Amino acid sequence: MTGSNVVKLGIAFLMYFMVQVFVLKDLVLFGDAFCFLYVYAILLMPIEVRSTPIMLLAFVMGILIDVFYDTPGMHTGSIVLLAFLRNPWIKVNTPRGGYDENVPPILPNMGLAWSTAYTFPLVLLHHACFFYLDFLGTSVSPSIVIRILGSVLFTFVMGNVVQLLLYTKKKGI
Amino acid sequence: MQRILLFVYSIRAFLLFVGLELVAAWMLLNYNSRQGAVFLNSSGQFTGSILNTKDSFLEYFYLGSTNEALSEKNARLLKRLENLSPLGDTTFFELDSGFAHTFDFWSAKVINNSLHLHQNYLTLNKGKKQGIKVGMGVFNEQGVIGRVTGVSTNFATVISLLHTDLLVSSKIKHSGVIASTRWDGVDSKRAKLLYVPRHVEVEVGDTVVTSGFNATFPEGIHIGVIDAVNEGEETNYLDIGLEFSTDFSKLSYVYLVENSMRAELDTLTSKTNLLPNDGQ
Repeated sequence: MTGSNVVKLGIAFLMYFMVQVFVLKDLVLFGDAFCFLYVYAILLMPIEVRSTPIMLLAFVMGILIDVFYDTPGMHTGSIVLLAFLRNPWIKVNTPRGGYDENVPPILPNMGLAWSTAYTFPLVLLHHACFFYLDFLGTSVSPSIVIRILGSVLFTFVMGNVVQLLLYTKKKGI
Repeated sequence: MQRILLFVYSIRAFLLFVGLELVAAWMLLNYNSRQGAVFLNSSGQFTGSILNTKDSFLEYFYLGSTNEALSEKNARLLKRLENLSPLGDTTFFELDSGFAHTFDFWSAKVINNSLHLHQNYLTLNKGKKQGIKVGMGVFNEQGVIGRVTGVSTNFATVISLLHTDLLVSSKIKHSGVIASTRWDGVDSKRAKLLYVPRHVEVEVGDTVVTSGFNATFPEGIHIGVIDAVNEGEETNYLDIGLEFSTDFSKLSYVYLVENSMRAELDTLTSKTNLLPNDGQ
């Protein structure tokens, strides 16, 4: 990984955080569908990055988001879980012939089928974890399912739009 | 020994994962404790100033409705002042200051708000330095908003009425029946009125106000209007739904109230071994 690549990733990390906290925090569709776009900051890290740095980055991101959302530990716990499962999940999804060197796992590079198989389950798990923690201690109503599915769809669509518009093939951003 | 170390090294990712999750769980469990002062939340010095900047950009979009609300409140206060000010030809009897001066009021601005989760908090742009203390009640011209749970030097965190753990001591205005208001986490416009016995006659459309029994709020601040009365499953109490009079999605300027007799009241109730009737 080259130096300019690290800078780019750092800027992307900050952008995801700022967009999440300043724009998407106030954007909740129908009172149920949340957009936690910041999970893509972790999901779209290059494939070569090891588990340990990924988890530490996720932890930092989670705490930053939690501070602004006033949801202590909820985002942190969910995103660390996602980061822990990310690399094993990438391994499971290895296409025939393996991954190319220095290619981030983004939609323009990998195609819709692989990208969906990679991101959708992880995003679903993150959202399920977050809303489970949110509903903890209250009477769990069927609305949690609507909330999880609505938010996963919203995040997933937004994530794909962002990848198509802002990422170019074969390169970082 | 070396094999143990090697084994630990081989599962280091998992150990780190467990460690980080434990930190997250610790944050989650510690947050709602009483002494959970301002630690890692939106009223921290850095976070607060960022949110303040963000709000100063966004407030222009709400200037119209904010002005309207403020002038409405002004008009109402002027009317009350007119009624209170002594006429020239009547005797005026000033109350002892101990009676007259029970509640102190402050104003502040909401710089951060959420309403879609189950535990919602607000952030205000005033803190310790401006005289804000933990436990103050927060309301606006529409009705009750919440209670201050943490203060930093310049900012304060408020537990919103849209928090499933907050109970507000309330009463039905026309019958005077005491109850507790608590949000059930379903809809940011509606809540439940708890502990109203079955024999009480409650009608849809009755106004619910603060009871003044707890030291947080003075009596008579609006909470909402009853919009559903059912028998419910519990044997002793009615299942009552109310619609908030406060629109939580458009909060701007709010008022804070402090009962200056609170310390005395609390000592008295604890001395006589009575629990304060506020469910908090």
